[in-house]
Amino acid sequence: MAQILIVDDEPAIRRLLRQALERAGHGVAEAADARAALAAFERQRPDAVLLDLGLPGRDGLELVPVIARERSIALLVVSARETTDDKVAALDLGADDYITKPFDSEELLARLRVALRRYDTDAQMVVEAEDVTIDLSRHMVCRMGAEIHLTRKEFAVLAMLAEHPGRVVTHKQILARVWGGYDPKIEYLRIVIRNLRQKLESPAPIGSLIGNELGIGYRLRIKS
Amino acid sequence: MNDSRPDPQALLRQAAQEGRGRLKIFLGAAPGVGKTFEMLSEGKARAKEGVDVVIGVVETHGRIETEALTRGLEIMPRRAVAYEGRTLHEMDIDGVLARRPRLALVDELAHTNAPGSRHPKRHQDVAELLAAGIDVYSTVNIQHVESLNDIVAGITRVRVRETVPDSVLEAAEIEVVDIPPDELIERLKAGKVYLPQEATRALQHFFSKSNLSALRELALTRAAQAVDAQMLEHVRALGVGGTWAGAERIVVAISELAGADGLVRAGKRVADGLRGPWTALFIETPRVAGFTDAQHARIAATMTLATQLGAAVATVPAPSVVDGIKVFLHDARATQLILGKSRRSRWFELRHGSVVDRLVRETPGVTVHVLPNDEATSRPDRARPRRGEWGTRTGHAATTAMIAGVTALAIALSQVLNLGNVGMLYLLPVMAAASLFGLRTGLMAGLLSSLAYNFFFLPPTGTFTISNPENVVSVFVLLGVAFVTSHLAARVRAQADLASQSARTNAALTGFLRELAELADDASVRRAICVEVGRILRVHTVLLAAGPTGLAVQTTDGNDHRLGTLDLAAAQWAFDHSATTGRGSGTLTASDWAFHPLAHGRTVLAVFGIARDGTADPIRADQLPLLTNLLDQAAMVLERLRLEGEMRDVETMRTRDRLRGALLSSVGHDLRTPLTAVKAAASELRHGVTPQLIGTIEQEANRLDRFVANLLDMARIEAGALSLAIEPVDLADAVTGAAHDARTALTGHAIRLDVPPDLPLVRCDPHLLHHCLLNLLDNAGRYGDAGTEIRVAGTHRHGALQLSVIDRGPGLPPGQEDLVFDTFRRFDGSDRAATGTGLGLAIVKAFAEAMGIAVEARNRDDGERGAAFSLRFPADAIIRDPIVEGQV
Repeated sequence: MAQILIVDDEPAIRRLLRQALERAGHGVAEAADARAALAAFERQRPDAVLLDLGLPGRDGLELVPVIARERSIALLVVSARETTDDKVAALDLGADDYITKPFDSEELLARLRVALRRYDTDAQMVVEAEDVTIDLSRHMVCRMGAEIHLTRKEFAVLAMLAEHPGRVVTHKQILARVWGGYDPKIEYLRIVIRNLRQKLESPAPIGSLIGNELGIGYRLRIKS
Repeated sequence: MNDSRPDPQALLRQAAQEGRGRLKIFLGAAPGVGKTFEMLSEGKARAKEGVDVVIGVVETHGRIETEALTRGLEIMPRRAVAYEGRTLHEMDIDGVLARRPRLALVDELAHTNAPGSRHPKRHQDVAELLAAGIDVYSTVNIQHVESLNDIVAGITRVRVRETVPDSVLEAAEIEVVDIPPDELIERLKAGKVYLPQEATRALQHFFSKSNLSALRELALTRAAQAVDAQMLEHVRALGVGGTWAGAERIVVAISELAGADGLVRAGKRVADGLRGPWTALFIETPRVAGFTDAQHARIAATMTLATQLGAAVATVPAPSVVDGIKVFLHDARATQLILGKSRRSRWFELRHGSVVDRLVRETPGVTVHVLPNDEATSRPDRARPRRGEWGTRTGHAATTAMIAGVTALAIALSQVLNLGNVGMLYLLPVMAAASLFGLRTGLMAGLLSSLAYNFFFLPPTGTFTISNPENVVSVFVLLGVAFVTSHLAARVRAQADLASQSARTNAALTGFLRELAELADDASVRRAICVEVGRILRVHTVLLAAGPTGLAVQTTDGNDHRLGTLDLAAAQWAFDHSATTGRGSGTLTASDWAFHPLAHGRTVLAVFGIARDGTADPIRADQLPLLTNLLDQAAMVLERLRLEGEMRDVETMRTRDRLRGALLSSVGHDLRTPLTAVKAAASELRHGVTPQLIGTIEQEANRLDRFVANLLDMARIEAGALSLAIEPVDLADAVTGAAHDARTALTGHAIRLDVPPDLPLVRCDPHLLHHCLLNLLDNAGRYGDAGTEIRVAGTHRHGALQLSVIDRGPGLPPGQEDLVFDTFRRFDGSDRAATGTGLGLAIVKAFAEAMGIAVEARNRDDGERGAAFSLRFPADAIIRDPIVEGQV
């Protein structure tokens, strides 16, 4: 289906990933370090890159902006580094998603599907998630067919998540776009998310529509 | 006193000598006797024996014999110093130190170095070479010996300014280079003696036969004394003998007068002669407050000289010189007193009594040596008259007004009062004027009063004649009262001044200590030292400490002080040698700063720099005791902090070691168990894949994952590397996320989340909170009975916000609830569940406390079996009302 480049210095991890990806019908290329990764990236123009950060000799984080510059290539960071700083840095540098090792290969495939879909169709105007329909062009949100009233900020936040369905949007990105100005407060965002959940999730458990990424941001959950 | 125990002081001095170089001095009676020649000859002889000899500095004065001797010896290049347009060549002390010969030849021990050199005097350079273990041969003439300075000046009428402290000679081996006076005079005539051009005339007078004989005798005596002293030192160190009587103790009373130096040198000679310890004593009377800076400086200089000559110094406050000396003599059990007698007028002595006479009378058993003091008399050198002593205009005006008032009053009341009472009335203005405005104004008041009394009241009134001789008495009474009152008042004022001055000093010290005591961390203590000392003494201050790149300014008094290379060198010297350096000291005096070491015992903790605006010495002589006191206290506080820091480090290391041991023993077990399960399940898979096997592998892998995560967390806690990323957190989010991530550990339990969506947001680190909840859930899943419900409850009551994780199971051993948070604590009793490392709850506690959250473990109090763990958020972490109109 799609051409995927795996960048990881651990042969065992590469083998596992290759197995899972090939089972899902993708073509796979491998690279064990940053230089090989860049060469393979130039030569094969893959559709997506799975990038490990802990590469020998060079920090994988340096590759993130290089790969992300190619707007049509999906970039997923797969790393054992689990501090929020690293995740936020990778996402802010343009990575599409971040998966922490050890990972569940089913989840990895699901995230990859989401990331790839974005590059199939440019910004969809109508997004469906769970039982909610978000119409970006008409500024309308419906739940089970009934229109739900949202405040302007609530809609702006939801719209931003809907523009990147299934992907993490960082606090910084949301705050900058929705509130802007000097030092916007993350409290506002928390309250807006809480209100959105009240209106769009309840009585389903918290996080069933809008997933919380610890210390990083939010993600709109969509059926994959 | 004849005990034969070794004298510890002497032993110490000997011990200090070991490892040091030895000094040999070639002592001559006069220039031209051939000291340099002798020194070179001996140096050459040593070189032949194979000793590594270099010439540090030698003046050959162009003499061929001498120059010939330097051949074959290595001559260290000199250091060129530019000074006032000329280039001076000084010994390169660093060069010699770097070269490290066994023996260095250094001519002219009394030489004064060019300004800007490390030490002002060459003998200090030599001391440094000796300290570095290098033997030194040097030369000196007898007139340069400090304690003989006066005598030589007396003999030759030429005063020599360059002197060498006696202590230098006492530690040295002395060889007298001697030729008969006639021969020396011959040599002089033959032009074989080098003399500086401009001084030829003066020095020729110097070379008379009688002078030379006297000087020669002095040199020989001095050399004999040095031998004696060294012998004595040796005897004392060994504790043999007992020739040390110890009976004689000499006290030299010094004053602010110019001749005090001579007294001190005399004291040294008496002390040497009697072989007794001696003390230079200054009595601080109320007069001291009126001294000029020059007088303070002279006292300090005299004291320094005394120290250099080996005296102990003491400053004793007392109301009068005689009282102070008497008390000190008694306390010190002194046997000899040396004091100077200034040429005072007979009138002065009649009035004040002679200090000498009183001391002779009142200190029985003490031999009093009185030396005439030619250089100064008490009066001309006295401080300028203080304002008020001669009276002020205001004083005069007020006094005149008072007397006029009293006269008017007396005239008004003249019908009622008799003549005697009127006289009494005049006492009032006299006493008032004397006590308020001092002696002169008081006397004026007495005179004026008696005149007024005489003119207006004594018959015949209207004239200044006194008919009744009785009334003459009243006039003198008025004058006498003025005199006595003003004296008393002046004394009281002076005492009060002295008292208030010492009160100020004490207050400064106490305030300083209190300031420091309140501070617990090193940085603020150092800052406070700079600021406070600067404030108390009105000086600029810096504190230097050893850093990664050497000694550097660490703290200042708030201003940005930049130290130049020279300043830093002086500071470094102070640090390395635990000595005062820079301006006003004896080392590297060209620096604008004075550097004092802050030392505790032998360890120099820091170096304290002081500077004053302009060119004045940073510290006035009378401020020195206070400064020393302040710096001693500062050093003690720094030392205390250092010790506390060390203790903490030791304690931390001990705890860390204990944990590491416990960790290693548990890691084996906790890593192997899940690995074994995974391995077993994997080999089972060969025989067929079952969902059960896959479940086991996933579950055990997850357990391993959590275990590794906990190990990493623990490592971060122990390394002190916990950095908080605080942000507003929605507890509903946090609990949901944790429950989701803990789901495999909770397999077999029902989980209920009772977290109201309207709980306030809290400020905390979401990651740390997540790990806390994860571990609490993990713990509940492990110790709760299988199949029971685990509940997470969030409550917000009376402003208190808490999250609780509640299980149903055996609970905690009563009374030991809090022990559950100790690292590696696992309660016995349920072997089934003992699969954790015991790290989890310790991590919960450490993380929670890092965020200011209180953790509590208790058994359930709702009648059910089981444990409840609560996280209680601090009030200031709760975000009460974040909603701003239009923002959400």
